[in-house]
Amino acid sequence: MLSRVADNLYWMSRYLERAEHTARLLDVNLNLMLDESASSADRRWRRVLAALGNPPNLAWSGDAYQVAQILTFDPGNRSSITACVACARENARQVREEISSDQWQRLNRLFHQVTRHKPNETDDVLPSDFLLAVIEGVHLIQGVTDSTMSHGEGWHFIQVGRYMERACATVALLGLYHREFWGRPDQTPEAAEYLEWIGLLRSCTAFEAYCKAYTADISPDRIIEFLLLNPEFPHSVRYSIDGLQRALEAIHGEGGKRRGAQLTRLAGRLQASLGFGQISEILSQDVGAYLQDILRQCRDIHETIYELYVNYAIQTALAG
Amino acid sequence: MGLAEISRFDRPVLHDYLVDDAYDETFESPGKPRPHYAPLLETFSSLPADEIRRRKHSADLAFLNQGITFKVYGREEGTEKIFPYDLLPRLITSAEWSRIERGLTQRITALNLFLRDIYHEGRILSDGTVPREIVYSCKHFRRQMRGLQVPRNVYVAVVGSDLIRMPSGEFVVLEDNLRVPSGVSYMLTNRRVMKRIFPNLFRRQGVRPIEHYTQALLSTLRSLSPEGRPEPTIVLLSPGVFNSAYFEHAYLARQMGIELVEGRDLVTHDNVVYMRTTTGLRRVDVIYRRVDDDFIDPLAFRSDSVLGVSGLFNAYRAGNVTLANAFGTGVADDKALYAYVPKIIKYYLDEDPVLDNVETYLLNDPVQRDHVLQNLDKLVVKAVGESGGYGMLIGPHSTSAQRQDFRERIITDPRNYIAQPTITFSRAPCFIDDTLQPRHVDLRPYVLFGDKVTIVPGGLTRVALRRGSLVVNSSQGGGSKDTWVLNQ
Repeated sequence: MLSRVADNLYWMSRYLERAEHTARLLDVNLNLMLDESASSADRRWRRVLAALGNPPNLAWSGDAYQVAQILTFDPGNRSSITACVACARENARQVREEISSDQWQRLNRLFHQVTRHKPNETDDVLPSDFLLAVIEGVHLIQGVTDSTMSHGEGWHFIQVGRYMERACATVALLGLYHREFWGRPDQTPEAAEYLEWIGLLRSCTAFEAYCKAYTADISPDRIIEFLLLNPEFPHSVRYSIDGLQRALEAIHGEGGKRRGAQLTRLAGRLQASLGFGQISEILSQDVGAYLQDILRQCRDIHETIYELYVNYAIQTALAG
Repeated sequence: MGLAEISRFDRPVLHDYLVDDAYDETFESPGKPRPHYAPLLETFSSLPADEIRRRKHSADLAFLNQGITFKVYGREEGTEKIFPYDLLPRLITSAEWSRIERGLTQRITALNLFLRDIYHEGRILSDGTVPREIVYSCKHFRRQMRGLQVPRNVYVAVVGSDLIRMPSGEFVVLEDNLRVPSGVSYMLTNRRVMKRIFPNLFRRQGVRPIEHYTQALLSTLRSLSPEGRPEPTIVLLSPGVFNSAYFEHAYLARQMGIELVEGRDLVTHDNVVYMRTTTGLRRVDVIYRRVDDDFIDPLAFRSDSVLGVSGLFNAYRAGNVTLANAFGTGVADDKALYAYVPKIIKYYLDEDPVLDNVETYLLNDPVQRDHVLQNLDKLVVKAVGESGGYGMLIGPHSTSAQRQDFRERIITDPRNYIAQPTITFSRAPCFIDDTLQPRHVDLRPYVLFGDKVTIVPGGLTRVALRRGSLVVNSSQGGGSKDTWVLNQ
């Protein structure tokens, strides 16, 4: 497969995952606002912006709806849902012959849906329907991808992009909530904090799955354990890294080559550290630093993928 | 077909159908179809207007869903349009086709010999059959190609010649496209859609197939592989998604099962071309390029090009990679050189041209120039290096300001223009607003030249959809028709 094609598929997938994550984050937090005082709204939206990497040209103005509007519709803001979907489509457009026509049609439809939507300026109703439609659109594309595209190298690059983006997003959220709300683990959170922790679970679609595993007894250490180490829940960090590692192995197998030892080592080490990690051990050390370290490892893996498959130097490739 | 049957479909669709001095593809005289169109017209006449509309709609939808679109330059992002498409196919009889086939084979053979000659000994120039200054002043002449050995001496492997039909019914060549001719994907997809919509018609009419074009293209490219590379890796080089013909590039690559690459996917090392893949560099042997000479190698040609591959020309010169078409073929489709093609055929093959040229005035000849300048309102003036219907003056449809503009341009740079009489080329009925209306059509068959000449029986019939218009280019409001070459 051409390196450029792998690059396009990877980013198509990451941008779609990002659009979905942003949509869900906005939806959950707009919803929580209905119950909240102005002061905590302030903190929450600063947190939302931080979770999206503090988009440039977008400072917290005190108006949640305005921020949500920009993060949803402003094509000029690179973090907005519209911009993410447009980037995903642009990447897909360059590899149209590699993806199935169903995939292209769904993505194209989502793009037109997003860009043609005219937000109603006069009322400040939550764009909830719209956000749900975006999430649904992305789910549809993922389903069509799984059922109409050959599960070969290209498909595996799509998985790599998706799980990479998801792992980073979940880790970033965990870090923010931990910094703000982590009190004494033996104490049950107060009502306000309780809502926030549920918000975290909802932002990762994890509320129901969490309740199944631990009942509705909300405790921060269990939430961190669940979102970090659960092997079965698709938005947990461990699950994402497992998926990432599986896809990388498949790609490595297809290439059938000697290079790539470093990538195997990096991804394998991260996977093992999550797979064999104990929550008590993790909580007893500096959790913030631990999460930062996972993010760093993800970045390293990303860079190594690029060095290996996309931006390699001609000399190394000729030797190998 | 009796008169009763004609009058039956006469009412909904055929009223006011104009047949005049232009050759009409379908009707000998008003209400009297040519014999080979009879089954087609019978079928159409038996369909109610609603049903025709429904089928037209289903054809449009098929084009849109498959993304068979082209891009219009100079507008906002997302302006992909479907190529307008007419339901009624254009028919060519077997006898007409065999003449076209002979004519095009002769022409492309002679032009390849001509290119080989001017880039080597230049006999035809020394003999004075073609003036040197026409060749050397052409902006598509590539000095870099002098003395360079081209595999099988095939300079032009893929051709799309534009033919028109004169009022006499005779086909003539209007233009040779020897650089990167496009449109073949529309020929193929038109046919696929037509088969789905009118399966019965195909059975009744006996239409020769064209579906083997992509295989033929692939084996043509394979036959041009550099020596010692029996299992060549072939790629299609596209300028990328922003090119108006990107759909065609992707389509052909997929149909041939070869990689669609862009300049940034290719690297050269020690005069060998490689493509970057996820499993490392892979050697490339044959490049079917859809990028113009100017942009293909910033080291050899335009240094500001970002579409090209640095060092490609050197790899080509070293014989490590074949490009189809070769560099510098544009000199042979220069519109001024066009006037010499009949002499070129005679010179190399000692045959008379099977397909004639359109009469052409060369404007660096003072006598011809004076004549043209006095008759600008009757003639068509074209810039020699342009294509796609740009840079053209159609005298009878022009304003005096436009004529004045062209007059000045001709006087400043006569070598850059040619003039031809305004030809009312043939018309064919098109299904427009529920009626059949005559529109001007041309024909672009696709010729492949490798170890042998292959011309798939058919081509792209382009239609000037605006009433009375003579411009068929897709960028200027043109459409297309499926083209059926009949068994008989």
